[in-house]
Amino acid sequence: MNTLALQQYLDFTYIAAVVLFILAIKWLSSPVSARRGVLAGEIASAMAIAATLFNPDLVHYKWIVIALILGAGVGIPLGMVKMTAVPQRTALSHAFGALSAALIGIAEYYVGTAPVSRFQMGEIGLEVIIGSLTFTGSLIAAGKLQEILPQRPIVYRGQNIVSLSVLGGALGLAVALVFNPANTFLFPIMIVVALTFGVLLVTPIGGADMPTVISLLNSYAGFSAALLGFVLNSKVLVVAGALDGSSGFILSVIMCKAMNRSFTNVMFGAFGQVATGPAAAQEARPVKSASPEEAAEILGAASKVVIVPGYGMAVAQAQHKVRELYDLLTKRGIDVQFAIHPVAGRMPGHMNVLLAEADVPYDHLKEMDDINGDFPQTDVSLIIGANDVTNPAAKTDKSSPIYGMPVLDVERSHTVMVIKRSMNPGFAGIDNPLYYLDQTLMLFGDAKAFVSNIVKEFSNSHG
Amino acid sequence: MPADFISNLYVFILAGFVGFELIKRVSPLLHTPLMSLTNALDAIVVVAAIIITGRHETRLTVVLGTIAVVASFSNMVGGFFITDRMLRMFKSGKSKQS
Repeated sequence: MNTLALQQYLDFTYIAAVVLFILAIKWLSSPVSARRGVLAGEIASAMAIAATLFNPDLVHYKWIVIALILGAGVGIPLGMVKMTAVPQRTALSHAFGALSAALIGIAEYYVGTAPVSRFQMGEIGLEVIIGSLTFTGSLIAAGKLQEILPQRPIVYRGQNIVSLSVLGGALGLAVALVFNPANTFLFPIMIVVALTFGVLLVTPIGGADMPTVISLLNSYAGFSAALLGFVLNSKVLVVAGALDGSSGFILSVIMCKAMNRSFTNVMFGAFGQVATGPAAAQEARPVKSASPEEAAEILGAASKVVIVPGYGMAVAQAQHKVRELYDLLTKRGIDVQFAIHPVAGRMPGHMNVLLAEADVPYDHLKEMDDINGDFPQTDVSLIIGANDVTNPAAKTDKSSPIYGMPVLDVERSHTVMVIKRSMNPGFAGIDNPLYYLDQTLMLFGDAKAFVSNIVKEFSNSHG
Repeated sequence: MPADFISNLYVFILAGFVGFELIKRVSPLLHTPLMSLTNALDAIVVVAAIIITGRHETRLTVVLGTIAVVASFSNMVGGFFITDRMLRMFKSGKSKQS
């Protein structure tokens, strides 16, 4: 077979792969067809890799084989992590994706065969900057999610000016390289500056903003792959990168809307800094608390219960106990639904995955807009480890830092029960007036322990 | 401006639109698997990494390429694997009873 014909076969394989990529995402739209989407993606990727191995440019296979084996060795354990670790795994995979895109861009710059043109230099510069900053930014995000690094925002005076100057420095170096691509000594400096910017970008962002940050890093990782496609003139990369980039972008927009904040505010706002003053000054107001027995009694008498899960449920690993409670209540003929706020947890869809893992049927997981109308007919809202997403101050108190954020209307239900460790406000430092309402009962304790006590009460008293 | 750039730009813009329209329709229920699946698809940069490695031009490009193959292939394998694991857990009330 001559080289030209071979090249055409390769191109057709890539085109088929691109079609399957698009179908993969199309099938993911519903839980019924979603697994078919994964299969389509797997077939497409396998086809593309197989075709690439026939590329006539390849002269040496040893390192390819070693790297593929190592990659599978790293990837399989990362695919087996617990569902509670999915946010940090996702951040880590953004880091890996951005790293490989950046490294290929760097290699392309150093390939000695032909000097890089100015235009190519611009593409490579931009690609390597985005890839590098996404790499370190995602590592920091993964570190925060794994709690190796503190989750609270780390801020100092003049931070935004410092961060933006670093970004400006990286872009300035890229421009200098475009004017003279032969200034090779500038290239590694540009990489280091971009890597530094990634660290500066994510360090000040707090844990509660992680859903937005993860989505944004997702879109950066995608766009760096698309840019790499421009550099290498590879349409399959352009398409895959554009799909991944737009997916991350849409998710970040959804997350921002769900917090009523702008991109700039998430990236440069250091959430929660404003609130610490007034919240600390607040005097202790009386709250009503209840024991597991009382909570079980109230739940047993209800006919409609809405459970609101939050990050606290994930931290306490309470999802399996919550499902036991769900089973007990459902068996007694009580209608139980779950109200999922878009930013509950640490990444988009986090709560759904945890509850699905615990075997809660997905038709009982309701989005905020679908369930908010149900709260007036709800006997008990049980809030497990969620705080800001239930805060009625977001609707009424203009001075609240979360004013305008869409929240779950739990205060409209007849009884509200909140499982919480103590009255300490979360690290965002925003007080929740919900806790002082007449119909609210505070259930103090660890989420998992408290829910299992409620479950125990049910099995003791009702056989 | 090179002709390749223009044709790539066409592809990028069209793929971006297709992605936008498709992803808008993905239920928020599946946003976590969506992110891990698009991540696995994005790992197709492995083909570029394979070419860089296999062209065997300089020691530097082989090293960079090898690391890039490891990073992207682990994303591909792990991404598909965990997405499928997650999706297997999503059961509707009806299918659970039957």
